Amino acid sequence: MSAREQILQRLRERRDGPVPEVPASLTTSMVRDWSAAEKLDRFQQLMESVHGEVHRTSATDWIDTLADVLEKRGARNLLIPRLHDIGAQILASDHPGLPELLHYDAPIEDWRPTLFNDVDAAVTSTRGAIAETGTLIVWPTADEPRLMSLVPPVHIAILEADQIFSTFQEAIALQNWASRMPTNALLVSGPSKTADIEQTLAYGVHGPKELIVIVVGAD
Amino acid sequence: MNQPSQHPHSVVQEFHPRAREALANPQIRANFRKAMDGLMTKRQTAFEGWELEALRDLGANIRQRALSKLPDLLEQLEANLTANGVQVHWANDGDEACQIIRDICVAREAKKVIKGKSMVSEEMELNHYLEAQGIEALESDLGEYIVQLAEETPSHIIMPAIHKNTTEISDLLHDKTGTERSHDVNYLTASARQQLREKFMQADVGVSGVNFAVAETGTLCLVENEGNGRMTTTAPACHIAVTGIEKVLEKLDDVPPLLALLTRSATGQHITTYFNMISRPRQPGEQDGPEAVHLVLVDNGRSSIYQDNELLETLRCIRCGACMNHCPVYTRVGGHTYGTTYPGPIGSILMPHLLGLDETQHMPTASSLCGACGEVCPVKIPIPDLLVRLRRESVDGDKLRVSEVRGHGVKRRRVESLAWLGWQWMHSRPQLYRLGTAVSARLRALVPQKLGAWTRYRSAPRLAPQTLHQMMQKRTPTAANTSQQPHREATR
Repeated sequence: MSAREQILQRLRERRDGPVPEVPASLTTSMVRDWSAAEKLDRFQQLMESVHGEVHRTSATDWIDTLADVLEKRGARNLLIPRLHDIGAQILASDHPGLPELLHYDAPIEDWRPTLFNDVDAAVTSTRGAIAETGTLIVWPTADEPRLMSLVPPVHIAILEADQIFSTFQEAIALQNWASRMPTNALLVSGPSKTADIEQTLAYGVHGPKELIVIVVGAD
Repeated sequence: MNQPSQHPHSVVQEFHPRAREALANPQIRANFRKAMDGLMTKRQTAFEGWELEALRDLGANIRQRALSKLPDLLEQLEANLTANGVQVHWANDGDEACQIIRDICVAREAKKVIKGKSMVSEEMELNHYLEAQGIEALESDLGEYIVQLAEETPSHIIMPAIHKNTTEISDLLHDKTGTERSHDVNYLTASARQQLREKFMQADVGVSGVNFAVAETGTLCLVENEGNGRMTTTAPACHIAVTGIEKVLEKLDDVPPLLALLTRSATGQHITTYFNMISRPRQPGEQDGPEAVHLVLVDNGRSSIYQDNELLETLRCIRCGACMNHCPVYTRVGGHTYGTTYPGPIGSILMPHLLGLDETQHMPTASSLCGACGEVCPVKIPIPDLLVRLRRESVDGDKLRVSEVRGHGVKRRRVESLAWLGWQWMHSRPQLYRLGTAVSARLRALVPQKLGAWTRYRSAPRLAPQTLHQMMQKRTPTAANTSQQPHREATR
């Protein structure tokens, strides 16, 4: 008998008989009732409390903010999506303040050392945010691969102001996650951090040292 | 204080000498006190404005519901993961799980394994197993990395290096990796980042734990702050997740309340930096992520806990560590004193099943039964009740009684059981009882002043000069039968 069969048999043939049934009970303690402005305020407050940076911009000036953010950090280059609308807008803007633009359009095996050592910043889209915890919803795609928001020291995330949900539960329900989960879905709340040395917070331990959120349509 | 980690199983019975050593070590006392005080305050703050009791009820409900359907959910999880392209393996115990991981590594000719935090892999002693097979297994969680460099085991399930202060860590990093000595935590962290980034680039296989496995969607969820978990599960060509069979959840909808409870209970965070949900390996057209994803489901004693309706509640645990942070014993003696993978209150109700009560007989008694652990548990595991249950199991003498707890009855002593048998015999015979107590009261001066462990910190108990019966007889009938409680008297 395989380990699988042995384990399942032990679980099915319980000494105390079947485990008493437990009805599902979803209490209301997770429901929040915030206006759009309250959600954005709360998102910003919590994101900043964990060292994230939040910029409110309009649909037209967000690329100026992007250029400004990169210039302040002296970024030599920026990894952008090729197909997503934000990548298209960045390319079309031909903004003079932007550094060299790169695409993640080859398998990681082909350029691993370059990604790990030579890319200064990456900009990705988001699928929205969660006000309750100050969290970004990031679903990596073929166009915006998983390491894009993890390996470069600066991650810039573009958030549409009208895509902020109150709770994680609400995002799962309204975006119908359960019907098809992506290869990888992420909740990101601030830059990478650790408190493993004597409970002292330090940022940028393995992932980005900085997380910058540009909220578009927040004017 | 820090015993080598090679053979934790052989040292589990030396609890008392280790406790004395830890209690006499001001550094250990200070490190734990400071950390636990901070964690308790942070937890309290994080739940402000929440209906905490309702949320804990919900958490307990979700976990108990999953356990009530456990075999079905495991099959559903396997079916959905398999459909997603994830390979699922089953292991009866730690050795089987280690072999499965070894076989995957060998088939891939993998020599370098990078690890995310996984308490189950600690339970399996995976690192030693792989190293004995010539496969490097490097921890990447900063705390685990520190503990591995020091050749120790974690002293806390969430903060593995909590027993060390900055100076100790600085010295360790200097000795083992050549980092400059410094009290600047940012500098120490940055140097570890440099060292581990190289390792992430070179690793052939990433091994991680799992916080929740969602049956409905076939999704593995990982909770972390550092990003090493994301690195481990994304950068190498192969990801092996390893988890206990109890970690499964029925629905995706069950995740948010448990996540809210887990991070707040563990470190007082609203949420961790990353919540990583993995449902399949790299798909055609995707540029990164592992081409192969495996899940190893480990039993290792869990199915025997599952047999008993009371003990079953142990399996609701979501490994937040709040019970340790609030335990007056854990805070004083530290995690290493327990000598087991899981220390503190949760360890004391879990390890006896994993290793047997004979190996862990010190654990159920390493508690003052103050009840703090049960009060803070986010899934309402009645830890004090389970500690008492295991104390009972450890002196249980009925060989015919079915017990799923290995090594039950290990603490039973012939003299002690005879004494209690005599006590029972005497107390069920009123005449004999009166005679016995009257004689004892007369001979009370003969009670020795030294009564072993009892009188080490207490004075010896003295029998009263008169028994209760004698005192009652001396009271006047009117005093004994005042009108205060006539009904109760009448109903006897």
